[in-house]
Amino acid sequence: MLTELGMNDIWIIATASLVAAASALVGVFLILRKQALIGDAISHSVLLGIVLAFLLTDSRSLPVMLTGAVLIGLLTAWLSDTLHRVGKLQSDASIGIVFTLFFAIGVILVSLYAGQIDLDQECVLYGEIAFVPFDTIYIGGLESGTDIGPRAFWAIGIVFVIVLVSIILGFKRLETIAFHPNLALSLGINVVFWHYFLMTLVSMTTVASFDAVGAILVVALLVIPASSAYLLAKSLKAMLWIAVGYSQAAVIIGYSLAFSLDSSISASIAVSAGVLLFITIAVLQVQKTVMRRKKVAVIN
Amino acid sequence: MDAFTLLQPVSTWDNLLSFWRFEDMNVLWVLVGSILLGMSASVIGAFAFLRKRSLIGDALAHAALPGVMMAFLLFQTRDPLVMFLGAAASSFIGFFLIDWLPKNTKIKPDAALAITLSFFFALGLMLLSYIQGLNVENKSGLDKILFGQAAAMTQDDIRLLGYVAITILITVTLFFHKLRLIAFNRTYAITIGMAVNRYELLLALLIVMSVVVGLQLVGVVLMAAVLLTPIAAARFWSGELRSILILSAFLGALSAIISTQISYIAPAMPTGPWMVVSLSILFILSLLFAPQKGLLKRFLEHKLLRQKVAEENILRTLYKLVERNKIAQLDFNHSDIQALRSVPTESLQKTLKTLCRKKLIESSSKGFRLTQSGLELATQLTRRHRLWENYLNEHAELTPEQVHNQAERIEHILTESQEKQLQDELKNADSDPHGNPIPSQTSLTEGKN
Repeated sequence: MLTELGMNDIWIIATASLVAAASALVGVFLILRKQALIGDAISHSVLLGIVLAFLLTDSRSLPVMLTGAVLIGLLTAWLSDTLHRVGKLQSDASIGIVFTLFFAIGVILVSLYAGQIDLDQECVLYGEIAFVPFDTIYIGGLESGTDIGPRAFWAIGIVFVIVLVSIILGFKRLETIAFHPNLALSLGINVVFWHYFLMTLVSMTTVASFDAVGAILVVALLVIPASSAYLLAKSLKAMLWIAVGYSQAAVIIGYSLAFSLDSSISASIAVSAGVLLFITIAVLQVQKTVMRRKKVAVIN
Repeated sequence: MDAFTLLQPVSTWDNLLSFWRFEDMNVLWVLVGSILLGMSASVIGAFAFLRKRSLIGDALAHAALPGVMMAFLLFQTRDPLVMFLGAAASSFIGFFLIDWLPKNTKIKPDAALAITLSFFFALGLMLLSYIQGLNVENKSGLDKILFGQAAAMTQDDIRLLGYVAITILITVTLFFHKLRLIAFNRTYAITIGMAVNRYELLLALLIVMSVVVGLQLVGVVLMAAVLLTPIAAARFWSGELRSILILSAFLGALSAIISTQISYIAPAMPTGPWMVVSLSILFILSLLFAPQKGLLKRFLEHKLLRQKVAEENILRTLYKLVERNKIAQLDFNHSDIQALRSVPTESLQKTLKTLCRKKLIESSSKGFRLTQSGLELATQLTRRHRLWENYLNEHAELTPEQVHNQAERIEHILTESQEKQLQDELKNADSDPHGNPIPSQTSLTEGKN
């Protein structure tokens, strides 16, 4: 199969697989901390962060985009929390109000400055992973330098490393916070810090995935593989591995699906992730019924 | 329309005028349609909010996308009714899935919502991209339902929207009492034998319908806000469901008017985001300035209370000083007061000044002294404080050490009738647990004279 794939396909698959892996790792913690919705919210508001960062600095370099997205992501998390406490609104309602406003402003800015920003409404949603290979980085000048690969690949590569290192270094604490938030509090772990730290990781993953899969499909990659893993895993380490496994399977299946249907690559990857989850649920349901029957048979 | 007018630059103002003169009949249609949508979505969204499912609209709107695409693929038409049925069908599957997942698997409700939302949306986008690769007619406007475009709506679309919106409003009015009961006390509704499941299905159907007709105007991504934000804003204005619903319908309609105008003046602008932005502004205004529950009102109330507490504390300190000195000394300076109660000098000076202005104390070269009315107030406060201490000691079996701090807080809010009640409850209402006498309304005043 590899012989049929051109260099471009390899770049696309590599980028998609890094996006999927980083999202799956971060998603595990969102699922465990029951914060799937704030992940959804941040991935929407990141659009505003990117647009603002671009309009203010006129640059599309990775550090600028990351800073913009992280600031807006943290602002979303903080505002939702504040609105929940001060406005006495249900927490999901306050999340909904904040992220729809940010996303709406983002879309309006995109349509206002459509000519100047290399973004349009569709790309906000789909991402354009098929064009990833054409936007490459040159080291040492455009003409004479060497092509080291697509921008999006390096962006998500760097973020993936950051996510991985953070999880390895903070593993014990993240584990305690995820499973026993109260114990973590009584042990003196700074739960608030780690909450916003997680939000930072979510924002970074989202912004780096933005070029590739778009703002909203990243939600699918954050939530779905991690949920599949949640159904199967017995420990945090296992859950992380299984989530990454699922996400990689989704990338491969999704890419072939998109190839044969000529559909959007990123959407197909997200759909495959969903289908894998539903197959997992179906298998577990069947297993449950069989077990129950066996038990009934034994009793009889 | 005269083609020549296009050559002259048209000012925003002229545009706005022509909007309100309804020179273009279509404008009137779109305006009426969006007002109806704003009203019906806000009203039905209120019930979702009360059932603590604020984001259900978000998920259902996303879930409608594959239905629209499937309907188009199967029938190759953009007939509004076909689109509507397709969207409603897939939205309903989404609704069922959100309900089913947490009940039958380990997956939590919030994750179920996010899974359904993102999976259906991805499926919809996948189908959309597939359709765009196909060689079929009529496919160009399909992607408009992502962000909504009022201008892209046909009269048939608007007519359908109108019918659905009116159906929703009428149904809610008819079943208002039952829906309200289920929203506030589901268990009780079941106990009295209401077919709660049937009404919940009806509610789900109404939510799905309003989300689906809203797609073309507001778009998939932001439909959630049209259901959620009006009720969240209206809640700050009133505590009664009927007026909340009317108000949120009004807010929904207002935002619809604003956004349709903007979309008319600047046709490149998507309608949905503007509707959300205007709704959010209305929300922020309500949050800050609503007369009953707004933040500003709460802040002012809090400040007033703090000031009152500070004043009353000083009065009581002066009373205690008088008491300790056996009424031999009546004037006290800053350091006397601060010896008994630690107050920063600056705020003490401020409070003393206010008290002087209210003629509760008077200042002389010797210091500050309670006036007649100040003394009465201080006596009353002290009595309440000590009565409460006594009460806690006798009835809640707290030790004398524990009671002081609680009494310190309650003395400012006890009312006269509560004070009377306390006095009747207590057997020895002469002294508090620390042994200090509980003054009657007149005791100290008499002693001074």
